[in-house]
Amino acid sequence: MKKILILGAGTAGTIMANMLNKKINKREWSITIIDQHSNHYYQPGFLFIPFGIYTEKDVVKRKVKFLPKGVEYIQASVELINAEKNQVVLGNQEMVSYDILIIATGCDIAPEETEGLNEGWGKDLFDFYTIGGALALKDKLENWNGGKLVVHVSEMPIKCPVAPIEFVFLADWFFTEKKKNRQEVELVYVTPLDSAFTKPICSEVLGDLFPQKNISLVNKFNVSHVDPKSRKLVSFDNKEVDYDLLVTVPINMGSKLIGRSGLGDDLNFVPTDKHTLQSKDYENIFVIGDATDLPTSKAGSVAHFQGEILTENILNYTNRKPLTAHFDGHANCFIESGYNKAFLIDFNYDYEPVSGTFPLPGIGPFSLLKETKVNHLGKMAFKYIYWNMLLKGIPIPTVSAHMKKSGKNLDLLPD
Amino acid sequence: MEKIIAGYTVDVTEEGYLTQMNQWNKEIAEAIAKELGIHELTEGHWKVIEFLRKDFAETEKVPTTRRIKNVGNIPTKDLYDLFPDGPVLKAAKIAGISKPVSCV
Repeated sequence: MKKILILGAGTAGTIMANMLNKKINKREWSITIIDQHSNHYYQPGFLFIPFGIYTEKDVVKRKVKFLPKGVEYIQASVELINAEKNQVVLGNQEMVSYDILIIATGCDIAPEETEGLNEGWGKDLFDFYTIGGALALKDKLENWNGGKLVVHVSEMPIKCPVAPIEFVFLADWFFTEKKKNRQEVELVYVTPLDSAFTKPICSEVLGDLFPQKNISLVNKFNVSHVDPKSRKLVSFDNKEVDYDLLVTVPINMGSKLIGRSGLGDDLNFVPTDKHTLQSKDYENIFVIGDATDLPTSKAGSVAHFQGEILTENILNYTNRKPLTAHFDGHANCFIESGYNKAFLIDFNYDYEPVSGTFPLPGIGPFSLLKETKVNHLGKMAFKYIYWNMLLKGIPIPTVSAHMKKSGKNLDLLPD
Repeated sequence: MEKIIAGYTVDVTEEGYLTQMNQWNKEIAEAIAKELGIHELTEGHWKVIEFLRKDFAETEKVPTTRRIKNVGNIPTKDLYDLFPDGPVLKAAKIAGISKPVSCV
């Protein structure tokens, strides 16, 4: 019996276990998945916790609930991937061999990479990319009487590049409608990018909302260090932004396991073929989700679309056929903008987000790059879809792995 | 497209990045630096430029500030002092290699 070994039972790894389990020849192949944690978190829900919209209960379930019968689950930490020997070494020094390895080890925040961040942690300085950070920030916001709230992105790439923008929009709504002290709060968004977002047309649309919502934008700010005593962010070119409360997105890095195993780049992301999802260094290693170094968003939708492509390519690989399934960089994200409204963007490697309708051309019901209540309902409904369809690898009707050009105003794009 | 820089005809992108790193020489680097407002290339600048060219030749990727710090032993602060306001974009252009791929 040959073995497919999946490292990581987060969004990408769980989707792969489910999709492969349905398609693989079980007389020849077995599937094993390894993860050290017992809980699965719906990470897009972390955004809502600080504002009291979701509680921890909404975003956490047991990992085993989503793994199919017939897939072996090992709950253990992994010490090393020995790619030359087709083996991984577990924390207890036990060896697990594989014929095909799928790396789905994700990425995480690395506050230790920026001087001063750890010192101020939990006092005037918070994250919302972890469950602990989101819960601590909820308590802080409940008791905070106002001042200068700075939302800050350290360095790209980050998991869900729109999440910090959504956070600052939701903060505007939260202080206006819930706490009714918006006039006591100064909101500032600090980014290393030239503008609010990476893609020009979308960035212009979101950028227009900043003055409308009375949020200041500080761009091209590359943080050198944080001074938690004087509550200041300092950039490498000596610019300073002071704060009363800092909500930061620290540098995101791939798993330390990838670094230890010599399989990653400077940020521990695995060099991956952008179309086939095969590792650039080992032909029997494939990479999916946030663990890759691909130039697309680190988001659950991307892992989901990649899952379909990778399943096909793994079947090709096991049948000694060329890897013909090609990932196009498809990403699809709701952008919550407060007041029960949201945007939706849909794009890939070649086409940046434009306006239009989704998923049905001309019908919708969602509007691309436009702020609507229906988009907000879609964002809130996504939690159900995530737990009940997406993780289990059940196809979502009318949403395909490849980006559809129909229904999009692509003539807006420059030639 | 072609462009004449410091008297040499070179192939460049629309944004002025050399497309053939072997068409580069130090005079071209000095001319591009002047265009970018850096009037004199010091020893510190050359250390960065040489690392960028060596690393690009080996990896076919423009190194990030982190890699320049970790592998090239050039502190990020120094990089910003030498090439203000977008150091890797500027240094890569002067070093005659590709524009860094923008992240998502």
